[in-house]
Parts: sequence; C-alpha cells; structure tokens
Amino acid sequence: MRPALISYETFENTMKYVIWTLVLILLIAHQDNWNWHDDSLVWGFMPIGLFYHACISVAAGFVWFLATIFMWPKELDSISSDASAQESH
Amino acid sequence: MEAGMIRLLIIAVYLMLLLGLGFFASRLFTGSKNDYLLASHSIGPFLLLMSIFGTTMTAFALVGSTGEAFKEGIGVYGMLASSSGIIHSLCFFVIGVKVYGFGRKYGYTTQIQFFRDRLESDFVGVLLFPILVALVIPYLLIGVMASGTVIQTMTAGAFANEGMFASKNPAFAGGVPPTIGSAVICGVVLIYVFFGGMRGTAWANAFQTIVFMVLGLVTFVLIANKLGGGESFLENLKTISAKVGSEHTTRESMSQSKFFTYLLIPLSVGMFPHLFQHWLTAKSANSFKLSVMCHPIFIMIVWVPCILLGIWATVPGVLPPGLADKISPNAILPAMVKLKTSPVVGGLLTAGILAAIMSSLDSQFLCIGSMFTNDIVEHYVGKERLSDRAQVWLARTFVVLIVVVVYYLSLMGYKSVFAMGVWCFSGFASLFPIIFAAVDWRRLTAAGAVSGILAAAGSWYYLFEKSGRGSNRTFSIDISLFGDTTYSIMPVVAIFLCTLIAMVVTSLITRPPSDATLAKFFGAEKATTKVMGKQ
Repeated sequence: MRPALISYETFENTMKYVIWTLVLILLIAHQDNWNWHDDSLVWGFMPIGLFYHACISVAAGFVWFLATIFMWPKELDSISSDASAQESH
Repeated sequence: MEAGMIRLLIIAVYLMLLLGLGFFASRLFTGSKNDYLLASHSIGPFLLLMSIFGTTMTAFALVGSTGEAFKEGIGVYGMLASSSGIIHSLCFFVIGVKVYGFGRKYGYTTQIQFFRDRLESDFVGVLLFPILVALVIPYLLIGVMASGTVIQTMTAGAFANEGMFASKNPAFAGGVPPTIGSAVICGVVLIYVFFGGMRGTAWANAFQTIVFMVLGLVTFVLIANKLGGGESFLENLKTISAKVGSEHTTRESMSQSKFFTYLLIPLSVGMFPHLFQHWLTAKSANSFKLSVMCHPIFIMIVWVPCILLGIWATVPGVLPPGLADKISPNAILPAMVKLKTSPVVGGLLTAGILAAIMSSLDSQFLCIGSMFTNDIVEHYVGKERLSDRAQVWLARTFVVLIVVVVYYLSLMGYKSVFAMGVWCFSGFASLFPIIFAAVDWRRLTAAGAVSGILAAAGSWYYLFEKSGRGSNRTFSIDISLFGDTTYSIMPVVAIFLCTLIAMVVTSLITRPPSDATLAKFFGAEKATTKVMGKQ
C-alpha cells in the first residue's frame, strides 16, 4: 500500500494557518468601504450593506465551525473527564 | 377588554411560567456551592449555546438595534452585530475554552480566583473586584430601567378606566409605572436565581432565548405584511423597502474610521465576569463547539429583522404624523408593535423583550453574588471556616442585596444610563489584554497586570469626564493625519492602547512568574524550556 502523501497531522497544521488567515480576511472584509454609498436592494428588499454583513455573519459561523474541527484543543477532553472523576470521588 | 390589559395579562402569564421553571430547577439542586454557582458543570452544548447567547444579547439587541437603525440606518448591523459575530466566537475560542480548562482543573468559580492564582498576587483581586462590580452595575441598571419603561409603554391604558397610574405623558397614562414594572422584573429574576441558582439561570436563559428569537421573527413577518399591504410576504418586503430613503439604506452619515474602531467593543465579552462563570458550567470542552459556531448565525437571526424594522419606521406614514419627530429611538419597536399588530401579539413581543432583558440580568446578579462570596468572604475568612451550605446562603444573601441596591439606583432615574452602556462595554473591552495575556502570554506579571488595570481605569475615567460623563452620546477622538483628513475613533481605542502598553512594558521589566506557576498554566515542559532558553 502506498503511504499517504500528506499525513493528517500535516493537514491539520496547515488548516490552522488557513483558519487564522480566514479570520483575518473576515476582519478586513468587515470594513466594506466599497458598499458605503451603494443603496441597491438585494432581492428587491434587502439593502446591499445589510446583506453583505449578514453574509459576513454566516461566513464567520462557517470559519468557526472549521476551527472546532481542526483547531480544537484535544487535551481539554482529558481535563473534563479527570475533573469529573475527582468530583464523583 | 382594553388592549393594555390584554398585554399586561400576557406578561403576567409569561412571568409565572418563568417562576415555575425556576422552582422546577430548584428541585434538582443538590445543596452544594458547586451546584448552586456552576450547576455542577452539567450544562450540555444546546443549553450552553442558548444561555451564553441569551446572556450576551441584552435589551439592546431588540429595542436598541431597532432604535439605532431608525436613527443611523443599516450601518448599525456592521458596527455592532457582524463584528460581534466574529469577535465573540473568537473570545469563546481563544479565552473561554482555555479558562474552562483551568477552571475545571483548579476549581475556579470567578475570574478573580483565576487572576490571583495565575499572577501570584492577592492585590490583583483587591484592585479588580471594585472595577468589575462598578462596570457590571450600570449594565444591570440598563436592564432594570429598560424593563420598567417597556412595561409602562406596552400596558398604557390598562388602568385608565379605574383612573389609576396617571402620567404627564398621555401616551403612558394608565400603564404600570416603571417603579412597579422594574420591581416586578427584579422580583421574578431574584426568585428564580435565589432558588434555582446557576441551573435555574441557565434553563431560564435558554427558555427566554427561544422566546425572544421566535417572537421576534413572528412579529417581523406580521409587521412586514401589515406595512406592505400586499398578498405575499416577499412582495410586502419589496414594497416597504423601496420606500426607505438612501440615508438609511447606506452608511452615508457614518464615519468609516469610527465604524472600524467599533471592532474593539465586542472584545468586552472576554472580560465579562458573568460570562466567565457561564463558561465554567459546561459539561465538557466539547460543549463549547456549538456556541462557537452558532453564535454569529444567531446574532444574524435576531438583528437583521430588527434593523429592517428600524429603517422601515423612517418611511413617511408608518408612524403617525408628529410622533416620528418626537419619539425616542428606544421606543420605536414597542411603538411599531402597538400600532401594527394586535394586543395579543403586542403582549407576546413584550414578553420577548423582557426575556432578552431578564436573560442578562439573572447571570449578572448571580455573578456578583458569586464574586462577593468567593473573592471576598471565602478568600479572607477561609474556605475551611465556612460550610458548603453556609456559602450557598451567603451567595443568596449577596444576590438579594445586589438586587435591592440596583433597584434603588434605578429609582434615582439616572438619565444617561443608556449612554453609559457603551462606556461600560468600553471598560470591559479595555481590560481584554489582561485576560488574553493571562491565558496566552507566559511573561505577564502581576505588576504588568496591575499597571494595565490602572492605565485602563485612569484613561477610561479621563475620557469619560471629557465626554461630559457620557452625556455626549457621540463622543469620539478626532485625529488629523495626512494634512486635512480627520479620523474619528472610538475612545475604546485609546483606553485599550494605554492598557496594552502599560501591561507589556511593566511585565517585561519586572520579574517573570515563578516556574511553578508557569508549569501550572503553560505546562512543565514549556516552563523548563523557557528557563533554559533564558540561561
């Protein structure tokens, strides 16, 4: 069997950089000077500035979802179970 | 039946339901301090998401957002909501999860316990305690005063036939006065916090979050249909939005630099003491995942309809002539609900607004009670000299005292309490570097933290005085760069920088924390590596 070209650990480490870059992009994209004076309505009712920032909220949810998959501190699981075991004693 | 009376009855039924929930939660109370203050770390992902979201969304999320959109237009969403979506989850992820780990490992209940331990300093607690309490109290006052105003507005006319509750403003005549409304809300929150502790608070928060999200959406659809007057919902949305002026559908009147610097305000979440306590209620670290990813989406679900309602209210004819010019921005949502929906829907939405208010009040009351019990009494009297049950009763006594003090302060009718909201958030946001460094920067020292706290308090007080003690609601710092261009920035930027510089410089010139402390918070291996690297 051929070994995997990229190990999961390498992939996970790369994803950490990707996620922090995405967070930075979100923060930069938040300052949408290009929509400042645009009064067009998306779907005929939603001001574009409001629609754009609603999309930022959805994108933020997605980026943080990725963070929970690739950046979650695994050592905390053992802390929770150790503490629970101590309390039950 | 009079419309005000129908709304009053619906509010009363809602409050009774909450009390029932509090009593039910109290039946599961084990009697221990850990159970009373942290629900025995039993809160799972869904309850944690709902309770954290309910706690961070105050009255401002429903009433304030609509009012600010009426005044400033759609830019309010970017300034306060989408920024919070990014930053709040960042705080949960970068600080909340780590603090949870330390809290479970070393048995903390409050922020001050953590800071004292991490910084090996008793004085940090002495300094931080009055500052945190002083910042939470105006936050509590906003909720208590807003609840009284909302109840009076929505029950106006309920007792008009009996000739009771006359008011100088005819629009409020016969409504339950704010002194009674606020007292009832304080009483209900006190009862379910007193008996249910953190478990009751978390359950009530989850219930109330569902209530204000669902009722907010229902009200939005009903008002949109009423304003549009057409057959389909989408058609109605298009009809009413097309009439809104471009000053409200763009950010023409908003400063771009001020908008940018508002990004710092949501960092306040990292230093909220009541949120710190909520984090520690989690069943496991995994319970946080749902909160981290769903929080931005939930903010959007609540805020977008409110912003649209706010800008629709600016369309000529939506509000009666004469009212549009005189109305306070905070009264826009209650006024729209009263004018455009039935008394039953009005009563339900009032319950939703009160839910948003109470879901923050309960955590804050409980948190201040916990701080007095843990950081003052237990710390100075000694844990071993107080039984667990005695500590629960102490916490309860402090909760009662705080409710009484806050209610008394609300009677003084401090007019600029709403403006103080932004100052209160600015204060918490300015302390963010301290908590961030405490969990992530091994070089942070007690002297560095103390300098940072003093710099934050001093610069905050200076700018607060300059703003006329908050009376200038649009106060900003103007900086001239590149010739004639002037940039307006929020005061929080200056306070934040003062804190950061004082903390970093002092930490670097003072002795680092002991190896034992570094090993405790950053791992033994890393602490040794650092010492070896230094040699």
